[in-house]
Amino acid sequence: MSRRIAADTPTVDHAEEGRERRSYVIGLVLALVLTTGAFAVVGLNLLSGAAALAALGLLALIQAVVHLRYFLHIDLERSHRDDLLLILFTVLILIIMVSGTIWILYDQHIRMMP
Amino acid sequence: MSLSERLHPGLNLAGTDPEGHEAAEETLFGFWIFLMSDLVLFAVLFATYAAMSVQGIAEGPRPAEVFDLTAAFVETLLLLFSSFAFGLAMLEMKYRENRRGVLVWLLITGVLGAAFVGMELHDYYVMITEHAAPPQASGFLSAYYLLTGTHALHVSSGLVWMVIMAVQVAVFGFSTPVKLRLMRLALFWHMLDVVWIGIFTFVYLYGVAS
Repeated sequence: MSRRIAADTPTVDHAEEGRERRSYVIGLVLALVLTTGAFAVVGLNLLSGAAALAALGLLALIQAVVHLRYFLHIDLERSHRDDLLLILFTVLILIIMVSGTIWILYDQHIRMMP
Repeated sequence: MSLSERLHPGLNLAGTDPEGHEAAEETLFGFWIFLMSDLVLFAVLFATYAAMSVQGIAEGPRPAEVFDLTAAFVETLLLLFSSFAFGLAMLEMKYRENRRGVLVWLLITGVLGAAFVGMELHDYYVMITEHAAPPQASGFLSAYYLLTGTHALHVSSGLVWMVIMAVQVAVFGFSTPVKLRLMRLALFWHMLDVVWIGIFTFVYLYGVAS
């Protein structure tokens, strides 16, 4: 089935296109800065130990939000709250599963130490 | 409901293709549900890796001894630029319905994606031959190959899907179903880049930093 809309309606909205293009460019620039920052922390030994791990985790979290906002166009607009709820609920499940698994396996590990 | 309203996350067709825009709402919401369940799969692999990379070293090498951060950085850039190129392909589709433009950007996306998979396979080769770190060496390495391999498999299936979509664009042009498929592929591709953020941070950088 090819329900093509009439191709002779060039209602191209340049302002709108510019806005969306800018969104991708901003996302790319922010992602590049955050990625380079994260690799610099380890590559140049800017931080060490727990501070390095915390900084890397924070940078990853910010970059994930940047990708979701600028590449996947997720925002807090009222019109698609359902989708945002789906994502937030999934994140909740992820946190419970990941932290629960790590906790349980670490506990087992400690108990099995010789 | 105004048709210029955004109906779903991701690029909306509002303003250029009202019919496709309305058709997209349900289809793309369904695809988001798939993406989130896929994310759950990755989360479980991350949890396994997190436990194994600390407690599952056994007699094998430690993460810092086998990872090459330069390669990981280049892979990150390849995937990031590939994601960006797909974004530009989608804008070309939305605002101009220009077959050549979309195909060129899809080609760039695909070449960058293929380079990413190629580099990752090369990483595996170096790890196995030079560092004696095959999957069976330890729990850490089993979990490492499982996690990054699942991601590489996702990227590879994205590449196959991309070839199919390029053929569909060339043959059918921009009918509503073709547009909706491209929009779903775009979401899939961007989401794989988000998963890669977790991999380069929690596998490569954490492995070398700790």
